[in-house]
Amino acid sequence: MTERITRDHVAHVADLARLTLSDAELDAFTGQLADVLDHAADLEALDLTDVLPTAHPLPLVNVFRADEPGPTSDRDEVLAAAPAVEEEQFRVPPVLGEEP
Amino acid sequence: MNVEAIAPETVPGWETVIGLEVHAELATATKLFSSAPNRFGGQPNTNVDPVSLGLPGSLPVLNEQAVELAIRVGLALNCQVQRSVFSRKNYFYPDMPKDFQISQYDLPINGEGWLELPDGHRVGIERAHLEEDTGKSTHVGGGGRIHEAGYSLVDYNRAGVPLIEIVGAPDLRSAEEARSYVAELRAILVTIGASDGKMEEGSMRVDCNVSVRPVGQAEFGTRCEIKNINSLRSLGRAISYEARRQVDLITSGERVEQQTRHWNEDEGRTHKLRSKEEAYDYRYFPEPDLVPVEPSDEWIDAIRAALPMLPRERRLRLAEAASIDTSAAALTVERGLDDLAVDAIAEGADAPRVLVHAENNLADGAGRLDGASFAALVKMETGGDLTATQTKTVLATLVAEGGEPAIVAADLGFEAMDIGEMEVLVDRLIAEHPDDWTAFISGDEQERKKKSGFFVGQVMKATNGKADGRAVNELLAHRARS
Repeated sequence: MTERITRDHVAHVADLARLTLSDAELDAFTGQLADVLDHAADLEALDLTDVLPTAHPLPLVNVFRADEPGPTSDRDEVLAAAPAVEEEQFRVPPVLGEEP
Repeated sequence: MNVEAIAPETVPGWETVIGLEVHAELATATKLFSSAPNRFGGQPNTNVDPVSLGLPGSLPVLNEQAVELAIRVGLALNCQVQRSVFSRKNYFYPDMPKDFQISQYDLPINGEGWLELPDGHRVGIERAHLEEDTGKSTHVGGGGRIHEAGYSLVDYNRAGVPLIEIVGAPDLRSAEEARSYVAELRAILVTIGASDGKMEEGSMRVDCNVSVRPVGQAEFGTRCEIKNINSLRSLGRAISYEARRQVDLITSGERVEQQTRHWNEDEGRTHKLRSKEEAYDYRYFPEPDLVPVEPSDEWIDAIRAALPMLPRERRLRLAEAASIDTSAAALTVERGLDDLAVDAIAEGADAPRVLVHAENNLADGAGRLDGASFAALVKMETGGDLTATQTKTVLATLVAEGGEPAIVAADLGFEAMDIGEMEVLVDRLIAEHPDDWTAFISGDEQERKKKSGFFVGQVMKATNGKADGRAVNELLAHRARS
């Protein structure tokens, strides 16, 4: 780990994750995140040339499901959980737009 | 400015560089990570289950058929099929209810490959990976334009449908070449049964990276990505417009900004998409709920062995049989008539005539026509037993009803006209129309053409179209010389 994590990094990551952090939280998490990353950096002391990066903790590959249709959810029940519904669809605010 | 009339590649001194990302929905029965149906056109939010809706506690289980189809695509595109890992691509958008898309990032199932266009030009494939589709949002209000929309409606029927994203290298240099690439890719996907390739239903979608540079410059210019291209026609128009826009910016002293732009088919323009202030940062990380995919050599070999003949192989085969180049074989292959043409040529039919009929008279398919009767018919034509017009008529009957060409021709009353009878007829017509004949022998080229048309028409009328127009013309020319 060549670059130590900064308060700005933490603020950026929090923003991407839509988390609102207070100044005190930002300070606390900057220290904690840095410690976690320092711990991971300990691995760099080892020679891992021939070690495949771990994709999953379980020693399994090729877990598949057959391509056979199963039950679907009841639409009324699903839509009942939405804050706003119109024409059997979820009504949401527009997010991304096109400039004129 | 009429963008359609001005191809950007004709702007002297400028070159367009194009790289395409094609998303194709895989033709499975169910979704990529759940057993909800993968079906187009259902009532909104009916093909959904907890996984499609991203409900808490739901877990993805990988669809084996989707993996097999992805491997087929990789093999058909000459890619390295390899061990792959799924990753989460994190972003917040209502069409992706769990706030991340499961995709593949650093370890895609298919690595580098290539696709060959009908003219023999090879286009690099950088990767072809599996990912899930998003839900479909419809913008409501403000006349339908995104930037004016008051709100959106979301249907999650499409959420979780398996996609293959095929990332092409920036090897394309014109709108026409880009269209050819997409057409070829679609033909491959349909041939191998991986996707229905319907751009109009959104089961095949194209994002297009366009940049321009002065001819001879090695570095690429700054590129823009164009989204919302729904047809081959839109693809060509969008590239032409965008390349022209970029050349105009640069030549007027401005710079091209890297941005994502939205193609508006009605206006024939691209628009900048409103972008967030922060750069995209998807924070990819390995998907903890899925294990790696490691296709065995046996599985890959079995999938390879079951692949049908691909368009490129079909073009090569027909080109060799007919002694033409692969571009000239493209239309017949595209029509699915190459088996028939190859059979007819193998039976000894004249290859150029076979291809003329395939390209001009069999646009709606070959119906009940088989290679042997096609060959017999073409032989009758080239042997002078049938005129081109008669051959076309017999061909139409063979397509609709089948049968033996000689019998069909006889039933239609097509018998070769005796050359002696034709001479008598032509001489009689010359005698009956002395002014036309004088005009034919002494007129200028245009007049001569007009009068030969007149005499051929008279012969056809007298013979109910049985005469061979070419033979009549030869006879007229012969009489004119003597």
